[in-house]
Amino acid sequence: MQDFAYIAANTVSEAVTLLDEKGQSARILAGGTDLIVQVREARRDVDWMIDIKSIPEVNVLDYNADTGLTLGAAVECYKVYAVDEICDAYPGLVDATKIIGGTAIQGRAAVGGNLCNASPAADCIPPLIVLNASCVIAGPNGERELPVEQFCTGPGQTAFENGEMLVSLKIPVPANNSSSFYLRFIPRNEMDIAVVGAGASVTLDNAKQTIVSARIALGAVAPTPLFAEEASALLAGREVSDAAIDEAAQAAQSIARPISDMRGTAEQRTHLVGVLTRRALNGAIQRVRDAA
Amino acid sequence: MTENKEYKVVGTRPIRHDGVDKVTGRALYGADFQIAGLLHGRVLRSPHAHARILSIDTSRAEAFPGVKGVVTAQDLPSAEDRIADLGEGAVNLKHLCDNILASDKVLYTGHAVAAVAATSPHIAEEACKLIDVEYEVLPPVLEVRQAMEPDAPLLHETLKTTSMGETADEPSNVASHIQHTLGDPEKGFAEADIIIERDFVTGTVHQGYIEPHNATAHFNQDGHLTIWCSTQGAFTVREQVAEILQYPISKIKVVPMEIGGGFGGKISVYIKPVAALLAKKTGKPVKVLMNRTDVFEGTGPTPASYVRVKMGATKAGKITAAEAYLAFEGGAYPGSPVGPGAMCIFAPYSIENVIIDGYDVVVNKPKTAPYRAPGAPNAAFGSETVIDELAEKLDIDPLEFRLINGAKEGDRRADGPVHPRIGFIETVEAAKAHPHYTAPNGKKHHGRGVASGYWFNIGLESSVTINVNSDGTINLIEGSTDIGGTRASIAMQAAEVLGIPAESVNPSVVDTNSVGYTAVTGGSRTTYATGYAAYEAAQDVKRKMIERAAKLWEVDASNVQFEDGVFSSINGKEEQISFRDLCGQLGQTGGPVVGSGTVNPGGAGGAYATHVVDVVVDEETGKVEILRYTAVQDAGKAIHPSYVEGQIQGGAVQGIGWALNEEYIYNDEGTMTNASFLDYRMPTCLDLPMIDAVIVEVPNPGHPYGVRGVGEVPIVPPMAAIANAIYDAIGIRMTELPMSPDRLLKAMGKI
Repeated sequence: MQDFAYIAANTVSEAVTLLDEKGQSARILAGGTDLIVQVREARRDVDWMIDIKSIPEVNVLDYNADTGLTLGAAVECYKVYAVDEICDAYPGLVDATKIIGGTAIQGRAAVGGNLCNASPAADCIPPLIVLNASCVIAGPNGERELPVEQFCTGPGQTAFENGEMLVSLKIPVPANNSSSFYLRFIPRNEMDIAVVGAGASVTLDNAKQTIVSARIALGAVAPTPLFAEEASALLAGREVSDAAIDEAAQAAQSIARPISDMRGTAEQRTHLVGVLTRRALNGAIQRVRDAA
Repeated sequence: MTENKEYKVVGTRPIRHDGVDKVTGRALYGADFQIAGLLHGRVLRSPHAHARILSIDTSRAEAFPGVKGVVTAQDLPSAEDRIADLGEGAVNLKHLCDNILASDKVLYTGHAVAAVAATSPHIAEEACKLIDVEYEVLPPVLEVRQAMEPDAPLLHETLKTTSMGETADEPSNVASHIQHTLGDPEKGFAEADIIIERDFVTGTVHQGYIEPHNATAHFNQDGHLTIWCSTQGAFTVREQVAEILQYPISKIKVVPMEIGGGFGGKISVYIKPVAALLAKKTGKPVKVLMNRTDVFEGTGPTPASYVRVKMGATKAGKITAAEAYLAFEGGAYPGSPVGPGAMCIFAPYSIENVIIDGYDVVVNKPKTAPYRAPGAPNAAFGSETVIDELAEKLDIDPLEFRLINGAKEGDRRADGPVHPRIGFIETVEAAKAHPHYTAPNGKKHHGRGVASGYWFNIGLESSVTINVNSDGTINLIEGSTDIGGTRASIAMQAAEVLGIPAESVNPSVVDTNSVGYTAVTGGSRTTYATGYAAYEAAQDVKRKMIERAAKLWEVDASNVQFEDGVFSSINGKEEQISFRDLCGQLGQTGGPVVGSGTVNPGGAGGAYATHVVDVVVDEETGKVEILRYTAVQDAGKAIHPSYVEGQIQGGAVQGIGWALNEEYIYNDEGTMTNASFLDYRMPTCLDLPMIDAVIVEVPNPGHPYGVRGVGEVPIVPPMAAIANAIYDAIGIRMTELPMSPDRLLKAMGKI
């Protein structure tokens, strides 16, 4: 393992200054469940590890029924699913936080870290996209916001400019009669990285028969997680039916650009996009209908 | 051998002697070993699957601060093409040495090329990057049938096919061809009303033991070499290192540490000779550890194979003939387990007309190593699937079909041996009678499958010494690595003889200087053979103790009997003394009592297993879920039933992994792309139901308590049982392993 320096930053501006100074040789350390493994396996060169866990802003976990959720970049998965209001409002995100690693990993791994690692197969990103989440990014020129679907630019690549870091994620309050769902396909029941992941959010009418709006996002079928915009749009105003869901699933399949690798073949992944999109939509619809 | 005799200790379930240390983390494994002045070694491995080594320049690495020594194949004594017998069969010494450190060619990605010893493992790792190796990259061949093609890239310019004692003129990747024939196969097939012939392909799979390989070596100033390591056999390490280094065995001591799994994969040596070379070069103790990628890429998996099976039967369900063609990958050097595969493939059945051809073929993958019943699972996947199809086409219940054709005492195996008393039929009857077999199974995409398997098990040499303590306990000294609870199962056999509780035995697994020669923990032999040696050593103690009692009572030894732990005088004096009390009087009666037992028993009893499995197939994703699993096995006599059940469960689970997801996945350059436990998908506890282990006991006449080996045969049936269950669920015969979701989707026409 290479030699590197560890620095703990106490404020956002301190971290940003360090990042700006050190450039590409510095990485933010939150839970470390990706970074430490990458460094140990020589898959990433890091000279400076900047620990942000003692910065107050990145540890905020605040849900407000008017303004929504503020999720600090370093908040661990287990804290997300421990809050009942969050489980009720954002079940799709909770689905993801419960399947990232085992219990021990969930005690360390952060949703923000999962996003910043920018794996095409990251479990948290499709639910963040379907929940309309945005990134609060701090940098040398101050703060900016960016929708999550625009954050990843390639495998391991993000929209960060030099010196920028994620402070928190903001997720709006879902409309009435809304719910969300995330699932992935893995060959085993644990331990695997998604062969395909699919997230969906839906808002139904008061009769819970018609889809007012929907959002679908896909993981592991392109260089970045994808927002399936067309598939989402064609559900708006449609009555809940197998035909509508099949159409959306097919539209989602049409944007998948998967590769074949040791985790799955391109044909298998394209096929699974259809299966998982249907299951995610049906799962979200069922959750709306099951809600009192 | 009496049938199912009642015993006091044998057949009970005492707590294992090594249990407390293991569950409290006190047990010392190979990587835990520490010694003053320790250096850390790291091996540089080939990035190419097939290449000629043009040059190796170690000067930059040697100059790196903290580096104390670098070794390459130049540091090994020159090995000619000579054959060495290392206990587990003949081995070509040049191949053995080249697999430790490549001399002229690298033959697989991960092949060791050089090694560095440094003051820290990180320095050693960084220094490896400073070794400049110039390669001429050659095209690799990665699949057995491609390797057999006449125009395939050749791995060894000097390798020529041997076939029934004849050696071919031209070099080839086919190292050997074997054939077994029985009766008249042509006539047998002519008599058949139905003939099924199918092709099967299995993937390369690894044992997946949790503890990576490790070795610490130290040369004393007087030339004595000590190696601390985890291994399945300290004596075979001593022999292999002696051959590779051309060093006398009397100057090598191997100290076995606790072992975190082996399953056959920790018999061959890899880094032990390297640690010794580095220790010699630096004059310091050197520890070399593998990481998981090293283990996958650099140590023996069990091979991929191509198997073709043809079987014919009459309408009444009697098999008339069987034919098999088995081509197994040996990996980079000859030595695939095609031999045992060919011996086992039809062994559960009594068939008059058989022909079996086997081919051992080299490919650009790591040299294969034993893995639980090596060769038999590959073979049984084919034969047991064809058996299922025959039964189905003939409309005969698959277990009934096995009862019609099952091998019994006196039947001859195609490779020659005549079965002694065996328990195959008993396993089938027990499976048929099990509630699992008759439980409802009609839901959509649910299926049930059965399959059987055979493994012959082995005997080989074992030694045990027993030192009697004054408080009535005994110290039992053995040389068998304890992988699956054998300290307990061996101690219990001695305890049974001496009429003492299992807890009164202190078993110790000791180094090669401290016990008589003992072959590896492998071949399902340890409870059988080392247990047999413990029985003999206890008998020796008993004889000596009888003499002591006779001396005490001033009678002839023939007038002392020993029963239920008590010595008593017969014919005259009414004297009695317990084993414990007599132990307290050894000083007065002639001094300490030490018993010894050495065996090389020829009566290893073959083991049979019959498994029943229920699956559900997700038709949309191709994922197979195991819902229920029952594994029936003839253990002969289960000395410690819990550990027999553990072996049965473990074997079944490894078979489930082999069946569903485990495989080496290669890119076009011949490099494994899933060399981690993340992507080499072994089943986790969340992928498995409780495996119901059912022990059948048909005592082995070749052992005093009737023991048969139990560790290997449970991995033989699962692949075919699951394939047969998948067929029952979705009507498709899967003939390629693993039966992973993408393969199922393809077979169902979904992609």
